[in-house]
Amino acid sequence: MKQLPASIWTLTVGILVTLIALWAGNQNLFFPEQASVQAPLVDHFFNLMFMIAVALFLLVAGTIIFFAVQYRQRPGDEGDGVPLEGDFSLEAYWTLIPAVIVIVLGVYSVQVFTEMGGFAAGGGGGNHLLMSHGHQPHQPMPAQLVSDDGAEPAPAFKAEYGLGGSERPDVTVTVTGMQYAWIFNYPEGITAGELHIPVNKSVQLNIKATDVIHSFWVPQFRLKQDAIPGHDTELRFTATKVGDYPVVCAELCGGYHGAMRTRVYVHTQEEYDRWLAENQFAQHPDLSKAVAVHATE
Amino acid sequence: MAQAQLPVSGEFSAAGGHHPTAWKWYDYFTFNVDHKLIGIQYLVFSFVFYLVGGLMAVVMRTELYTPDADVIDPNLYNALLTNHGTIMIFGWVVPAAIGGFGNFLVPLMIGARDMAFPRLNALAFWLLPPAGLLLVGSFFFGGAQAGWTSYPPLSLITANTAQSMWCLSIILAGTSSILGSVNFIVTMVKMRVPSMPWDKMPLFCWAMMATSILALLSTPVLAIGLILLLFDINFGTSFFKPDAGGNVIIYQHLFWFYSHPAVYLMILPIFGIMSEVIPVHARKPIFGYKAIVGSSMVICFIGLFVWVHHMFTSGTPPWMRMFFTISTLIVAVPTGVKIFSWTATLWGGKIRYTSAMLFAIGLLIMFVVGGLSGVTLGTAPVDIHMHDTYYVVAHFHYVLFGGSVFGLYAGIYHWFPKMTGRMLNEPLGKVHFILTLIGANLTFLPMHVLGTQGMPRRVAMYDPQFTQINQICTIGAFILAFSVIPFLVNVIWSWGWGEKASGNPWRALTLEWTTDSPPMIENWHRLPVLTHGPYDYGLAGHAPSETTPSHV
Ligand code: HEM
Ligand SMILES: [Cu+2]
Ligand SMILES: [Cu+2]
Repeated sequence: MKQLPASIWTLTVGILVTLIALWAGNQNLFFPEQASVQAPLVDHFFNLMFMIAVALFLLVAGTIIFFAVQYRQRPGDEGDGVPLEGDFSLEAYWTLIPAVIVIVLGVYSVQVFTEMGGFAAGGGGGNHLLMSHGHQPHQPMPAQLVSDDGAEPAPAFKAEYGLGGSERPDVTVTVTGMQYAWIFNYPEGITAGELHIPVNKSVQLNIKATDVIHSFWVPQFRLKQDAIPGHDTELRFTATKVGDYPVVCAELCGGYHGAMRTRVYVHTQEEYDRWLAENQFAQHPDLSKAVAVHATE
Repeated sequence: MAQAQLPVSGEFSAAGGHHPTAWKWYDYFTFNVDHKLIGIQYLVFSFVFYLVGGLMAVVMRTELYTPDADVIDPNLYNALLTNHGTIMIFGWVVPAAIGGFGNFLVPLMIGARDMAFPRLNALAFWLLPPAGLLLVGSFFFGGAQAGWTSYPPLSLITANTAQSMWCLSIILAGTSSILGSVNFIVTMVKMRVPSMPWDKMPLFCWAMMATSILALLSTPVLAIGLILLLFDINFGTSFFKPDAGGNVIIYQHLFWFYSHPAVYLMILPIFGIMSEVIPVHARKPIFGYKAIVGSSMVICFIGLFVWVHHMFTSGTPPWMRMFFTISTLIVAVPTGVKIFSWTATLWGGKIRYTSAMLFAIGLLIMFVVGGLSGVTLGTAPVDIHMHDTYYVVAHFHYVLFGGSVFGLYAGIYHWFPKMTGRMLNEPLGKVHFILTLIGANLTFLPMHVLGTQGMPRRVAMYDPQFTQINQICTIGAFILAFSVIPFLVNVIWSWGWGEKASGNPWRALTLEWTTDSPPMIENWHRLPVLTHGPYDYGLAGHAPSETTPSHV
């Protein structure tokens, strides 16, 4: 072993660490499936950091263990070690290299965040849309019909925080968190305990809370936004996979916080339209005529 | 209890005449102004609270063995959760690291006879027992249940009496911490032996300097937040009541402006312990003294500007999310500098595998894991998924258990001989280390997976898909609970009947080892004179002997 020059050892270790890190960074270990446009962005960014972290961990922990074994006290040796007090260039390296890594990660995270819609938050995309539903602009406005019937008009919604977008979303849903349930209100006048959305359509969630802070989280979408009493928040996303996924409350909201779970159903467009029609009929039989007309169109 | 066994020996002759020669056991229960006695008061007090907080954790992990809330009432679960976090931070790590080691060591390390303001020092300690009683007592009123973060509006509408007691308790602990900080700073500035320039001050003292500055700047902000909360609960104000025009986000800013720095309050003194323990047991000068001092100061400064990384999914505008992403990532750099410096200190050493050193090396590796997961959490895009999940729980237990608790143990094994005049039993110490290492990793490593897959934190019931991993964590927690037994036996037995310790059993070079073990009241007959740096191991002429007489 001693005969091998140090450079060969360094090279071997370097290659090994790189291989393991590359492998680990390409596994998408432990993440649940990706079901929104944002999910691959987050995963990719995490996996990049995970790769760097694995490499750093192997190097640092490996060095520590190697030193710990190599420089153990030998029996009978009561002396002291090498009186080395520092080394400027080494210290410069281990300050500058991590600094460069974190700055690159910082810049990269700004980019990922932008792609996720982070900078469009509170931009107004969701604010005037409580009554809109872009994919069927010719349909009568059920929310208005409801208020014509004497129900309370929907309060103005002004999202301050979250992930937003400037274009009109295809679907807008108002999400209300309360101890211990999520309520989903559709501009079509539907109220539901689960979230139903069409696949591959942009969805705008206008999020509020009535009592304490809750947090709307769909792990498969990699998206989370607090529901804050007194502040409106929003989430804009596009689901990419038909299926149903958990909606989880992620902010401590009381004793049954852990039970504050429901599901989000991502439908095909036809399924979604059918769901809308059925529920409009069930919840507002008086509107059935208008809906029936459209359903048969 | 354990203090009763403290050896009472009359062989020292006190310097001042009117002083007793050594403290009696009952002195430990009084308003005594000796910094060493106060340090031990802090350590014993906080360790008792560590056991209480640990017991709460075991109950919680038992509940989480199954997905349903079938062992305890979920509201009680939240009370345990809240008080576990609060006790571990304000009742264990902070008082043990700052109050305990800080008070015992700082005057001894700089060659002072006591702290600058001994009475203030005693007062700071005696604020803690009422704080502890308030927390324990709050359980008669249901216990505070809003998490150690106590965000309104939840904290305003749940268990009002208990929540008020919680606020008062933290305000007391915070006041204690502010008083202590002033004392440390003045002591280090004014009372170093004349022969000790700043660049020969031991790194533990530098760490206490950074800690104290940080505590002074941040703690008052927490106090403000909690006082406003207290007013909202009891006096009808509405600072944080959304339906009466209050703003719940402001509370989060006030809280995290303190509580992010608080994580450094809990780790900087531990970094200081590392910088003392590693050179002594590796027989090496510390690598990069100036870099370690500098990085503490940089952490202390940047640490004040990262708090919003706890609020990425809360009410945080986009520019703020990005600003705090970048500032958070930058903190990792000075932290890395320390890790690398300690690693380099091992190089070329002649490492003694004492229990203290084992815990120190264990800490190095555990902390790297926690630091790296911290970096991933520091970026807003990833944190939006990971926030408030078990991934965060894993992160902060790696830094707090793998970091702070390992470091406290390293410190106890290292300085126990100085504090009590008795050696701890090494084989038992090694058993303790192995059990702790296995238990901690078994408990906290799988939590990364839980969080990533979708399990939120602070829940008493969870989706059955997470059952298996939770059971592994629970078994790990039981091992951790068990690991305390060899330690307790060791401390109690050694304190009473352990092998007598010489003045300098590790042949260390810092000044606390130039007096007897335990040190006499007022520390030295005649103050020591600095003839070498604190870490001059292997440098000619500084081979310290085991028994350095205190009266040279
Ligand atoms: C490399 C340095 C570190 C970085 C970049 C970092 C980053 C973070 C971030 C971003 C969070 C928020 C996660 C979330 O809630 O979504 C967090 C949470 C936390 N960190 Fe760290 N951290 C670091 C070191 C530490 C240290 C040294 C400690 C304590 C000794 C610590 C203790 C905690 C605690 C207690 C929490 C959870 C607070 C709570 O929500 O209850 N961290 N950390
Ligand atoms: Cu909730
Ligand atoms: Cu923080």
